[in-house]
Amino acid sequence: MFPWVSDEAQELMRQKIGLAEMLKGGAIMDVTNADQAKVAEEAGAVAVMALERIPADIRADGGIARMSQPRMIKEIQDTVSIPVMAKCRIGHFAEGQVIEALGVDFIDESEVLTPADEHNHVWKWDFKVPFVCGCRNLGEALRRIGEGAAMIRTKGEAGSGNIVEAVRHMRMVQEGLKRIQTLRDDELMAEAKNLGAPVSLLAEIKKTGKLPVPNFAAGGVATPADAALMMQLGAETVFVGSGIFKSNDPKPRAEAIVQAVTYHDDPAKLLEISMELGEAMEGIDVASMPDEEKMASRGW
Amino acid sequence: MGGPPTQRPAQHPEKDDVTMRGETMPLPVGLLTLQGDYERHQQMLGRIGRETLAVRRPAELAQVGALVIPGGESTTLSRLIDRSGLRQPLLDFAASGKPILGTCAGVIMLSRGLVNETHPDWHGVQPLGLLDVTVERNGFGRQIDSFTEPVEVVADLARNHSCHAVYIRAPRIADVGPDAEIIARRPDGEVVGVRQGNLIGLTFHPELGDDGRFHELLG
Repeated sequence: MFPWVSDEAQELMRQKIGLAEMLKGGAIMDVTNADQAKVAEEAGAVAVMALERIPADIRADGGIARMSQPRMIKEIQDTVSIPVMAKCRIGHFAEGQVIEALGVDFIDESEVLTPADEHNHVWKWDFKVPFVCGCRNLGEALRRIGEGAAMIRTKGEAGSGNIVEAVRHMRMVQEGLKRIQTLRDDELMAEAKNLGAPVSLLAEIKKTGKLPVPNFAAGGVATPADAALMMQLGAETVFVGSGIFKSNDPKPRAEAIVQAVTYHDDPAKLLEISMELGEAMEGIDVASMPDEEKMASRGW
Repeated sequence: MGGPPTQRPAQHPEKDDVTMRGETMPLPVGLLTLQGDYERHQQMLGRIGRETLAVRRPAELAQVGALVIPGGESTTLSRLIDRSGLRQPLLDFAASGKPILGTCAGVIMLSRGLVNETHPDWHGVQPLGLLDVTVERNGFGRQIDSFTEPVEVVADLARNHSCHAVYIRAPRIADVGPDAEIIARRPDGEVVGVRQGNLIGLTFHPELGDDGRFHELLG
């Protein structure tokens, strides 16, 4: 499926996708310190994303958002036994190298940080550690997979507490997948041109109906129902960023979101899970947000 | 690329014969779908012609004839087993003699205990205590230490094809008690698979490869 890389890199991809498979049906939580990481692990998170400021604060603070301090990531690694993820800036492969040297389990090349390259993303095949990348539509997803991403997530609008963009992005990806399955072989190349994506990946999707790597949701998940919505729309796991530690009740909310992912198709159970929760994070209306403030438009 | 393409389950001739004779269909194989790579197990079972049923509740466990505890995070699995009221039903299921296959986090859950844990409460992991082994979680290290290599399996499973085992942040079996039988080893002899009556525990992921021999043990 990836004739443009070596056999070794393709074999390694099996291990990278393997870890993404292990995270399915789970919740991955943003944490900014060891105490929060412990809360996340105790709540049943399948992994934590170590970052200095959660997206809601990055948004509020402004300035350049970079890779987190390695010392902080290390402290979180030493505290929990679940996989630890960390973010590097789009195209900043040296940050990726530092994070890999730290032994992080998954790297998120993330639009939440300030991009370091306005044309190129990291060539993720060069790394032994797997990468996850955000996308808004199928073409973007397939370009990232072509660069070696072992997991795709929706971008959503991080730090907004508003699920609308994640829904849009998930629907766009699913619509693209369905469309490819309706195409004749002689239409695949034109579609590849439209999407700006490798034709070999389109041929694979025509056969399987699925992305070649796990497809997770991120960006704006604040409640158990948000998590259930994304799962029912086709997400296989949910990232929760600001939604937990910006709420009034991080611990029960974290537990509730873990259960909501597992029982995403059981309304009675979702009701039971949601019943005892307090206020969710406040949230931002994305429609009234100026385009230059949207993190989702970062990445190419 | 990881694993097999998605395929329709192959038609299983014996099963069709059974149906035509008007006998009962074999019970489906349950997949513990609380969290983990259950979809890969489902694909593997489909390829060897087995029906599957998702198990997240005690009532669903009652409808299956065998069970897979998939790979995933044991900290998550252990908590969800308790929150969903599945711990005692799982112990009863095992005691009734029905087969259970646990891979990676699954063998951690089947084990009688953990070793080398950094926290006294084992990060909240409470194994079911069914399989006579102790296990070291993430025994090889982090994802950067994950690997793929050939695995040697015991004679009655070996047949005549080799198998590559994928280890993802895998646990290590630290100690094998007298009740457990060794069924798989690394090339250097380290034990990576055991069987104890109806229970099978593997530290690697046959479901990520193309080797259905271990799943066939589910009957």
